[in-house]
This record gives sequence, structure tokens and C-alpha cells, in this order.
Amino acid sequence: MPERSLTESADTWAACPDWVRSLLAETLAPGETPLTWFEPDLDCRLHYAPAVVVLTDRRLLSYQWPGGTRQNGRPAGEPESRHAWTLSPQLELVQRDNTGVGKLELFLAGELISTWRYTAARAAGARRLSDGLSAFQRYGKVGASPVAVRPASLECATCGARFRVGEVSCPECGASIAKSPMMSLLRLFTVARKYLWMGLLGFALTLASTASGLIPPYLTMPLMDDILVPVQGGNIVDLSMVKWYLLGLAGASVLAWGLTWAQMFVMSWVSERVSADLRIKTYTHLQQLSLEYFGGKRTGDLISRVSSDTDRICYFLSVYVLDFLTDILLIVMTAAIMLSIDWELALVTLFPLPFIAYLVFRVQDRMGHGFSLGNRAWAEITTILADTIPGIRVVKAFAQEEREIKRFKKANDRVLNTNDRVNKIWSFFNAVVVLLTDLGVLVVWLFGVYRVFHHSILVGVLTTFVAYISRFYARLDSMSRMVSATQRAAASAQRVFGILDRVPKVAEATNPVHPGRLEGRISIQNVSFRYGTRPILKNLDLAIEPGEMIGLVGQSGAGKTSLINLLCRFYDVSDGAILVDGTDIRRFPIGEYRRCVGLVLQEPFLFYGTIAENIAYGRAGASRAEIIAAARAARAHEFILRLPNGYDSLVGERGQFLSGGERQRVSIARALLIDPRILILDEATSSVDTETEREIQIALSNLIKGRTTIAIAHRLSTLQQANRIVVMERGEIVEVGPHAELLERGEAYARLYRAQLDMQSGRLADEEEDDLEAADEEDVDGAEKTS
Amino acid sequence: MAIFTLKTDARRRLILTAEDGQEYVDVAPVRAFPLSDPLHAISICDAEGRELVYLDSLDELNADQRALVEEELAQREFVPVILRIVNTPALTEPSSWRVETDRGHTTFEVESEDSVHRRAPRQVSIVDVRGIRYLIPDTRTLDLHSRRVLERFL
Ligand SMILES: Nc1ncnc2c1ncn2[C@@H]1O[C@H](COP(=O)(O)OP(=O)(O)OP(=O)(O)O)[C@@H](O)[C@H]1O
Ligand SMILES: [Mg+2]
Repeated sequence: MPERSLTESADTWAACPDWVRSLLAETLAPGETPLTWFEPDLDCRLHYAPAVVVLTDRRLLSYQWPGGTRQNGRPAGEPESRHAWTLSPQLELVQRDNTGVGKLELFLAGELISTWRYTAARAAGARRLSDGLSAFQRYGKVGASPVAVRPASLECATCGARFRVGEVSCPECGASIAKSPMMSLLRLFTVARKYLWMGLLGFALTLASTASGLIPPYLTMPLMDDILVPVQGGNIVDLSMVKWYLLGLAGASVLAWGLTWAQMFVMSWVSERVSADLRIKTYTHLQQLSLEYFGGKRTGDLISRVSSDTDRICYFLSVYVLDFLTDILLIVMTAAIMLSIDWELALVTLFPLPFIAYLVFRVQDRMGHGFSLGNRAWAEITTILADTIPGIRVVKAFAQEEREIKRFKKANDRVLNTNDRVNKIWSFFNAVVVLLTDLGVLVVWLFGVYRVFHHSILVGVLTTFVAYISRFYARLDSMSRMVSATQRAAASAQRVFGILDRVPKVAEATNPVHPGRLEGRISIQNVSFRYGTRPILKNLDLAIEPGEMIGLVGQSGAGKTSLINLLCRFYDVSDGAILVDGTDIRRFPIGEYRRCVGLVLQEPFLFYGTIAENIAYGRAGASRAEIIAAARAARAHEFILRLPNGYDSLVGERGQFLSGGERQRVSIARALLIDPRILILDEATSSVDTETEREIQIALSNLIKGRTTIAIAHRLSTLQQANRIVVMERGEIVEVGPHAELLERGEAYARLYRAQLDMQSGRLADEEEDDLEAADEEDVDGAEKTS
Repeated sequence: MAIFTLKTDARRRLILTAEDGQEYVDVAPVRAFPLSDPLHAISICDAEGRELVYLDSLDELNADQRALVEEELAQREFVPVILRIVNTPALTEPSSWRVETDRGHTTFEVESEDSVHRRAPRQVSIVDVRGIRYLIPDTRTLDLHSRRVLERFL
């Protein structure tokens, strides 16, 4: 039974770090069992200081160390103070979380006897302890910890706590779990592994073409020493070799041309593919990341990572890596040839090499920093564009064009400044390389002239050396250019891998259960949810029968949309579980599960494309008849027919060409078309007029038959057909029941209902009493109609 | 002078008695501009978050009440001031920072460079993945290494 294994209790104590265990070893009485623990990280002055509180089956133990004694995540030395309280029913733990810092207070018979303070990173531990105590007092055992879908298999390197795969940082101490800063560029080659053979071919071609480039100077040596110099000196020489030398020179050029061509072709072929792979990989990964990631990211920044960063990597791979390989080969080969011809002269020639290498190394660091700044500045420009172009209406409505231009100019100036800075270092560096090259050539001339003078070498050897060395330094020069290109590409690669390394918070189950055709029975069990540290939903419990329609109402900000987000698995619950047909939704493959859920969002988003395409978004294969049927049901059919091109009308980006209500109806049609078992309408009809809303409702009333429907609405009249109404207030469910019953009760729902009636009829609040009566009467009618 | 009184109870909760004698238990002072103007615009809210009293400035309170409010604010506000950045956080995401603050040494995680903001020309604030804010009131007071690190993120 896969369902059962879900709710099996995971032993809370098992996740406890070893140092806490060894600390307890001496303190625990024989037979005393530790149940759970909590590590506060602040002292009473809110300074960082290690501490630990342990709940056993007999006592509550507390240890506090002085501030600043945390080493490697665990306290060093002896605790400053220890306390122990014997468990009794009068003992009570109260957890109070504020933004950033929380406190856990211990009361004995209503009197405060101890307080622990902690940062948000430790809030989970505080909750575990206070829940543990109350559970132990009530049931004599610590309750099952929240459903462990993924086993607590990793261990925090800092504090030793164990946690689940998929966390970004340790739930106990907040230390990073991410891999240590990696060499992003090297990782590119793991992406490129697929093209290993083509890459090797490219390398072989590079080798060959480089070698062919070295032939000409080698041929000039005998041409000069065996023929030209003797001829000039008046000696008789055999001229038959001349034509071979010249043919050799020509042949080498042709060979070099052919090889270079092939090599360029192969290398760009490979690099294009690597960067295309990287791009698709990044985008695919981006699509899999949960909403929480996008919430914290700027669109423009993401766009530039997927587009321009991958492009920069491609350029790097195709142009610079190639150049670099050629350079290295050339340098090695040249050095070898020179050494074989005359080792003394060769050594003198190679003398400045280490200096240049050192210089390259130094500049590398500075440049890299400059380039990553530059990338960021670029991303800022993209961000401004991605921000203001969709928001152009707001910009114009508030006449803020000037301000946006200023904002853009600022970002633009930043790009300019960072590039200026990089260029400054760069140009200086470049000039130094040129200077060193000239010096190197000068040294060769000096030494060579001296040697020729003493007849230890021939003139031809010297000219060959001079030819080689200028090639050699030209290569060094381009190698130093490689420095900046590498840095640029590394910065880009890092930004791309920044996306790829992100683990989706909402993770796929390891051994998923396929949902198949769901019935639609939803059971929300003790669900809590937090955005970061901010608690949004608190201990919700609700069972929804298949085919039932639930109306979800409550003040703005009550957490209605958040609950829907959990149901759709845009986020995962922080505590508790949501079961559909008895299976935890975290056990379903995300995509398959979402296909069973039709969602109409509070802010309907349409893609650029025709209306028909938008309606069929969830089911690309839908027939025209099906599209029309869905549009009819959503009362969109008629307005679509009135558009110039009917279903083929383009709606523009984000559906700009449609009115708010029209957009909503298209998105209802879109949700209906996938024939979902669970239909979720989040303020789906808030922008349509009452008349149209009524029509949609009539249509929906047929459609919601046999589907579990959850409808959020501020206009309560929308929810007349709901079997039950759920009222939420500040993240809690305060009332559940049929419309009539809730009105009868005269609490939260009745208040909301009355307030709306007042608004509609424009009556004043002091006539409330009469209204309620009127409302009651109306309601009995309404209830009869629906039943 | 504002017409209400503040006191604490046995559970050390703050209790506000309004002008009409109504008592609100567990009230909380909240700064409206904790960063840009911490001493003005302070509102006292009940446990549910509804505003009970609004103070233009802390000066509106008498010394005792002011002390109570300030103590409560200090208990609620946790913005460590970074004195030194010990490690060199990588530019990868998320990055891990080891710092020395006015409240001792700590380590935290930063989501991305977007979480490091320059608030004023020399003031920098950093928000970690847990939503805790760290402040550097004046970057000039930092040592060279810390300034270098910061510069990489700004
Ligand atoms: N991504 C987010 N990060 C942090 N807090 C959020 C986020 N989204 C919503 N909230 C907060 O969660 C609370 C509940 O929001 P939710 O969207 O669920 O409200 P709602 O009941 O749907 O309200 P409305 O009727 O206005 O749509 C709000 O206080 C909101 O500020
Ligand atoms: Mg909402």
C-alpha cells in the first residue's frame, strides 16, 4: 500500500546531530529517552551564541554556551549554563516568530520561566520542540513528523543535522549545501562530451594546420644558407633545389589554407551544438524550476542568461578555444624547432616567456572581475527593458517616461563604466605585451648578430629565428587576449550553471504513483505553509468529496490563492499533507497531476498567438469542435465571433487586445478544454459584468457536475451553487458549511454577506438588522433552488 | 502626548490600554520605515495586526513608555551590522557568507547578487535566504578584503 508508507512516522530524533547525542550521554538518567531537540542560535541580548534544548521523556534539558564559541557548527568548550525541568502538565512552550528573530518561551503554570531566542533559520527546530512537548503531554509520545516523501538522507557538513534532498540550505543551521564553487568552464566540456569525436577531429586538424604553418620559415633556412648567401658570396651552387624550395613554400601555404578551413568548420560545428544544447538544457531546467525561483528573479536577468550568456559561450568555444589550442601548439612546436636548430639561441629567445606568463596570470584576475560586473550591468539593461515594455501603459499613464529614460541611462552608464575599466587594464596590458615582443626580437638580433659575427651560426638560421620569434610573440599576444575571453566565458558559464544547478523546490517523487483518472476526492490534512519565514497558512484541515463544489471566501490576503498554489503544487506544503484520492499529491508525477487540474488564474495570462491556440494550450491536439464547445461553455464563443478573425484572431502579447473579462473567459475555456477532474477558479469571473457572470455560472453548473470544483470569489453571489462555503481569515479556516447554515450562524460569513448586500443596495450600516433578515429570507430560497 | 498607557504582564506581553479603557493584550510596535527612518512613523498594532495607535515620532511618548516601546522594538528587530566579511563568497548561487557582526560571528546564505543592495552611496544591505537582513552602514569602515568582496556583488 503506497499510501500508508507516506504517513509512516519518521523518527524525529534520528536527524539529531552527533554532538548533541554525545553531550547527552553523560546527563541522561538510565532509561531516559531523548525525543526531540532544538538549537537556538541567539542569546538573550540577541547575540550569536550556541545553545541546545532537548526534550526527553522525563525532562526538558537546556544548555547555553557563551557567545562566539561556535566552531564548525558546534559549540566548543563547556556550556555556560545548564538547566533541567521535570516534565509536568503545567509546563508549556510558546513559540513566537517575528520577522527575522523568534522566541520560544517556557511557562510553568502560566509564569514565564525561560526564554530562548533564535533566527529564522532555526524556526523549524523551535516548532519541532514545542509541538513535541505538547504531543508528548497529550499522547505520551512525540507525533509522527511531517510526511517524509524523500528520505532524510543528507547530512549537513556544518552542524551535522540530517535533511532531505532538494533543500538549498541546511534546515537547522542555514549552511549552504550547494557544491563548492566549481570551475564552470571545465563543466562546459562535460556538456560537450557528446561531440567528443568531432572535437578530436577538430583538434587533429588544428594540429596539422598549425604544423603546416611552421613549414615556410623552415624552408627559408636552407634556401638562404645553401643558396642565397653562397650565391651572393660569388660561389657556384647547384640551383636545382631552388624550385623545390619554392614549390614547398607554395605547397605549405595551400595545405595550411585547406586545413585551416576544415578546422574552422569542424570547430564551429561543435561549438554551435554545444551552445544550442546548453541553451535548451537551461531553458528546460528553467521550466522545471518551481514558482518560488521565479518569484525572486528578475525576468530580464533570466532572459540574458538563457540568450546572451549561452551565445557568448558559443563564441568562446568556436573562436577562442580554437585560437588557444593553435597558440599552445604553435608555441610548443616553435620552441621544439628552435631548440633543435640551435639550443643556445633558442633559450635566449624563450627567456621573456615566464614574465609574460606571470603578467597574463595577474591580469586574468582583474579582468575576470571586470567582466562579471559587465555581464551584470548588461543584465540590468535587459531587466529594465523587460520591465518597462510590458509595463508601458503604467509608465505612460503616470507620465514617467523621463524617469524610465533616466533609469535606462544609469544602467547604460554602468555598462560604459565597467567596460571602460576593463579596457583600461586591457590596453595597458596589451601595450606591455607588444613591448615585450619587441624586446624579445631585439634580444634575438643582438645575440644572433654576435653569433654570426663569430661564425657560430649562419645568417639563414638567424632569419629563421627572427621569423619564428615574431610568430611566437604574436601567439603570446593572442593568448593574452584569450585571458579576457576566458574570463568572459567563465562568467557567462557560471551564470548559466547558476540556473542549471538549482534544484526545484517542488521535486518529483522518487518512486511516483501515477494518478490515472482521478475521482477528485481532496483531503487537506493539517496543512501549514510559509513563504520563507512568514507563516501564511496555519493547520488547515478540510475534506472535499468528489464532485463537490467548494466556495472559498475571505478577506484579501487571507491565503486563498496560496491554498490553491499548494493544491496545484506550485509550492509544497511546509507541514501536513494534501491527499487526492488518498494519495499524497507529492507522490504523483507533477506534470501528470497538473493535467488533472484545470486552473483559472486570478490574473489570466494569454500567450502571443491566436485565440484558438490559447484555448487549446493545455491540449494541443484538440479539435475545432472541442475548442468551440469549451468556448461556448465559458461564454466566450459569441464575443470571439465578433472579433475580426474569429478564433483565428491574434491576441497579442499577454492578451493585450482583449478586455479583462474577455481574457478571463478565454482562460476559463482553456481550463475546461482539458476536461479536468479538479477545477479551480481563482476569481475567475471578477472582471465580467453580472449578466455575463450569470451566464458563465449557468454554463458552469453543467460543467462542474462530476468535477471537484474550488471557486474563489469576492462576489459572494457567484458562489450560490457551492455545496459548501469555506471561510478563511488570516491563513486559517474559520467556518465551513452550506451558505444557509453559515448565514444562520451569523458569524464571519454572515458579516461578509451583509457587508456586500449593504454595498449593493447602498444602504447604511445602521440598517444592518433589517438586512440580515432580508438576507436570511433570500437565502432560504437560494438554498432550495440549489438542493 | 498620546492618550494611552502601556504595561507588561506576567507573561511579559505588552498591554495597551486605550483612551476608552479598552485593553489590548500582546500589542506590538512596528516601524513603518525600519530602514530609511527608524525613529519616526511608529505604529502599535494588536495581536491581529490591526493598527491601534500611530506615533509620528517616539518623542510623543513619555520616558517610561518610550523605554517599553524601544525595548520591545529591540527584541523584534534583528539586523546584525556586518563588521567584516571573513570568507570570499563565490559568485555562484546561492553563495555562503561568513561574517563578523556586532552580534558575533555567523554564516548565512545569499540567494543571488540581487539580494545585495546598495541603499545609499555607502550603505549596503544584504538579505539572506531566510529573509534576515544584514546591514553595512558605511562601507568605508570595512577592511580592504570585505570591500573587495562587496564590490563583486554590487
Ligand atoms: N510569493 C510570495 N512571497 C511572500 N508572500 C506572499 C507571496 N504571495 C503571497 N504572499 C502573501 O501571502 C498572503 C496570502 O496571499 P494570497 O495570495 O493567498 O491571498 P488571497 O487570499 O488570494 O488574497 P486575494 O483575495 O487578494 O487574492 C498575503 O499576505 C501575501 O502578502
Ligand atoms: Mg488571490
